[in-house]
Amino acid sequence: MSRFEGIRVLVTGGNSGIGRATAQAFAAEGAAVAVAARDEARSDIVAAEIESAGGRAVAVRCDVTDEASCRSAVDAVVATLGGLDVLFNNAGVIYRERTAPETTPEEWDHTFAVNVRGTFLMSRLVVPVMIEGGGGVIVNNASYFGLVGGKGTAAYSAAKGAVVLLTKAMALDHARDGIRVNCVCPGSVDTPMLRGEMEEMGGADAVRHRFEDKHPVGRIATPEEVAAAVLYLASAEAAFVTGVALPIDGGLTAQ
Amino acid sequence: MDVTGKVAIVTGAASGMGAATARALARRGATVVIVDRNAEGAGAIAHEIETATPVVGDVASSAFCDGVVADTMETHGRLDVLVNAAGVIVRAPAHVTSDDEWRRIFSVNVDGVFYMSRAAVPAMLEGGGGAIVNFGSIWGDVGSGGHAAYAATKGAVHQLTRSMALQHAREGIRVNAVCPGEIDTPMLVSERPAPPTPDELEAIAESVPMGRLGRPDEVAAVVAFLASDEASYMTGALVAVDAGYLAR
Repeated sequence: MSRFEGIRVLVTGGNSGIGRATAQAFAAEGAAVAVAARDEARSDIVAAEIESAGGRAVAVRCDVTDEASCRSAVDAVVATLGGLDVLFNNAGVIYRERTAPETTPEEWDHTFAVNVRGTFLMSRLVVPVMIEGGGGVIVNNASYFGLVGGKGTAAYSAAKGAVVLLTKAMALDHARDGIRVNCVCPGSVDTPMLRGEMEEMGGADAVRHRFEDKHPVGRIATPEEVAAAVLYLASAEAAFVTGVALPIDGGLTAQ
Repeated sequence: MDVTGKVAIVTGAASGMGAATARALARRGATVVIVDRNAEGAGAIAHEIETATPVVGDVASSAFCDGVVADTMETHGRLDVLVNAAGVIVRAPAHVTSDDEWRRIFSVNVDGVFYMSRAAVPAMLEGGGGAIVNFGSIWGDVGSGGHAAYAATKGAVHQLTRSMALQHAREGIRVNAVCPGEIDTPMLVSERPAPPTPDELEAIAESVPMGRLGRPDEVAAVVAFLASDEASYMTGALVAVDAGYLAR
């Protein structure tokens, strides 16, 4: 398949979990992919995996909380790939099991710095590049916690709610610039981030069923199932779709 | 977005978004059963996509819907996808909508979705699962003057979608809906005192953030995605295909 032949994609948080699966999926369908993340060594591994599978990938260091780092990452990717057609703002962080009083101001700020400000910083740098190139697609990784509240996720829910509305506002701003802006709202996904949360909550064996049971389909998602939705939103098939928050949640928010 | 080998029923397939969906599913490898009450239009689409004889009838009849599913099972031995695209519109505020108009629009837009889905579920369970895609609307989500009955029917479709999604979440049947915005279909220009002038069409397009009407194939592509295994973790979702209309 070559749905994305000639398409240049930047994925933040691209070296792990949903980001990694999405980078691999884009590359498998012909895109040139920039794997952007803080940990360059891990990004190099993902880029090498993609290359050895016959795809095209570059690793670039990017700390989405740092404007200078975002700028140099976008500049480097545009210089290397010759432009940018798709941005997947995927980098995210969660502090689990914390009500608002239990959340420190530092945890709150960091949650917003990565999930919200990072999405904003990357998007504001990339929009002019896309306009110059005649258009593009931004896909943000929100969460079902951006659509409904969840216990013990005050900061994360607030941040993801912000991402959902940033998505909609930017979709309207750029609807006539040829830039579509959408977000995916995954339920629980089998990623290192979720496994880390499970460890904090008493170990995967003890708590995994709690995550599975809260989804009407009775299981958690694979990263590939979220990646498939990101690719769909980035594809020409979704040409009339903008400003949408797409739940990939096994029916969770239909309740 | 491959649906190769899947057997799909598409209602309202003779025109507009239903026809575009039938084409999209056929092009992606599905065997498509064309259902519409317009025999001529249904025949033309069936001929175009080189599929079997269309099934002509009205989804407002439960006996007809049961028959469509039974015939599909007899002919193809399975049912993987049901797309409930058949729909009608009444362009009138509530206080001037007649009893007959109200009953007719509910019988097609709501009863038809219910009858087809009710018949399809056991057939899908027999095959281990399936996907139902309903046609909701932006007017099932937000209100707007001038088509009270239509908005009410689409709101009902949205909630039927969610309820059935939850009911069958662990049985391998996914139930989702698309919510089209202003799409360039026969329905867009129908049921008006006069066909819209180019200026009026332009005004409709201008009401959309992207500044243009959607094409039926742009909605069909979303339906095909929801029907495909690519959407395997999606159920109970209402997916806007509206160029940003609902993002406001």
